[in-house]
Amino acid sequence: MVSFGGWEMPVQYSGITEEHLAVRRDAGLFDVSHMGEIEVAGGDSLAAVQRISTNDASRLAVGQAQYSALTTPEGTFVDDLLVYRLAEEHFLLVVNAATTAKDFAWITDGIRDIGDAVAVNTSSRYALIAVQGPRAVDIVQPLTDVDLASLGNYWFAAGEVAGVRATISRTGYTGEDGFEVFVAPQGAERLWTDLLSAGAPAGLLPAGLGARDTLRLEAAMRLSGQDIDETTSVLEAGLGWIVGWEKPDFVGRDVLVRQRTDGVKRKLVGFEVIERGIARHGYPVFVGEEQVGVVTSGTRTPFLEKAVGLAYVPSAASAPGTECAIEIRGRRVGARVVPLPFYKRPRG
Amino acid sequence: MYPSDRQYTKEHEWVVVSGTTARVGITDYAQEQLGDVVFVELPEVGQAFEQGAQFGSIESVKAVSDLYCPMAGKVVDVNTALADRPETVNADPHGAWIIAIELSDPDQTTGLLDAAAYAELVS
Repeated sequence: MVSFGGWEMPVQYSGITEEHLAVRRDAGLFDVSHMGEIEVAGGDSLAAVQRISTNDASRLAVGQAQYSALTTPEGTFVDDLLVYRLAEEHFLLVVNAATTAKDFAWITDGIRDIGDAVAVNTSSRYALIAVQGPRAVDIVQPLTDVDLASLGNYWFAAGEVAGVRATISRTGYTGEDGFEVFVAPQGAERLWTDLLSAGAPAGLLPAGLGARDTLRLEAAMRLSGQDIDETTSVLEAGLGWIVGWEKPDFVGRDVLVRQRTDGVKRKLVGFEVIERGIARHGYPVFVGEEQVGVVTSGTRTPFLEKAVGLAYVPSAASAPGTECAIEIRGRRVGARVVPLPFYKRPRG
Repeated sequence: MYPSDRQYTKEHEWVVVSGTTARVGITDYAQEQLGDVVFVELPEVGQAFEQGAQFGSIESVKAVSDLYCPMAGKVVDVNTALADRPETVNADPHGAWIIAIELSDPDQTTGLLDAAAYAELVS
């Protein structure tokens, strides 16, 4: 068990590699109740969400979610998040555990002058259980009245799962198909237990923080506080697609528009270690003899069986194929910039 | 659990002495703490290490751990099979030796623990 954003969480159950492979091949079960929930409601709630997040929430239908960012006036990350449109005038923002308090203060402050909109930190009202993997539909469908086949990616629906009132969302942080199920905390244990026993014959394994990290990295999903933070802009992080450029205003827009026009000096890239060794968070990255950045995330990924990582490098060195080196405990090891994501799930 | 044919360090290596040479590996407790081992960084044959000096490192999916030489000596062999099958360390920690050393002083056992003392340490 480790402390994570104030929560005691298991790094692993049966082993990171086994859990990781279960998610890629069958399915894994994650307790991600640590994630923070902030709700924004009121007649001006859309305007409030539009102000404080980069993506265009007006494009969300009720029942739809989107990936987005909370940004500083400099276009850098306060946090990344998912925005769910629960009703026309009611949004649920799912943010990172360690940053929930900071995000909530930031949002409250950011929407202060917007008339009819209130933000409430409702994190304690939700437990969140994720089922991820190619067999997620087969495992969850018999336990719910929601027709999962008709639930598209980044859509959600209310219903029951294992007899527990729930909101089922077709989202995740693993690069696989799957669901995240929001329930009241008192229903979480039953949901977990029932999903685990229903899924066991299909190969479902409980999975911890360790596998969550290796899975998300293989899928090149950024980790807030590590790959993206208040020193890195949305465009540097390669996330221009979560910016609603048509929106007239949001925090950080001016800087991001300028960066889009002028280009950014550095970019987050994926790299693969070619020689023997594993790059880790904080290791220096070299192009030629010059240190150009540091590794933000790195591991040896269990499915691809390669040492890969993410790092910010000068834009001139960001093209796939660029040779670089990672300094691993005093020794420089050859690496190469590769396209992201490292892993993309086969579409059936 | 911990074989009595060898001695142990507080850093969770084991050493089996046979005449003037010894083999070194990591303990079951160490592999359990590390989780899935994916990489073992080995020294070169011929390199000499003092007792307690770092001779390599071992990495799991989640962490890196330094390897320390339990006794002073010169590396005479490295287990190159671990390059291709590092998971052997998890499967058989007390069989998967990492290096073999020619000991500077086979009687130099200061600070080493016997099996019972080591078992006590990690209990």
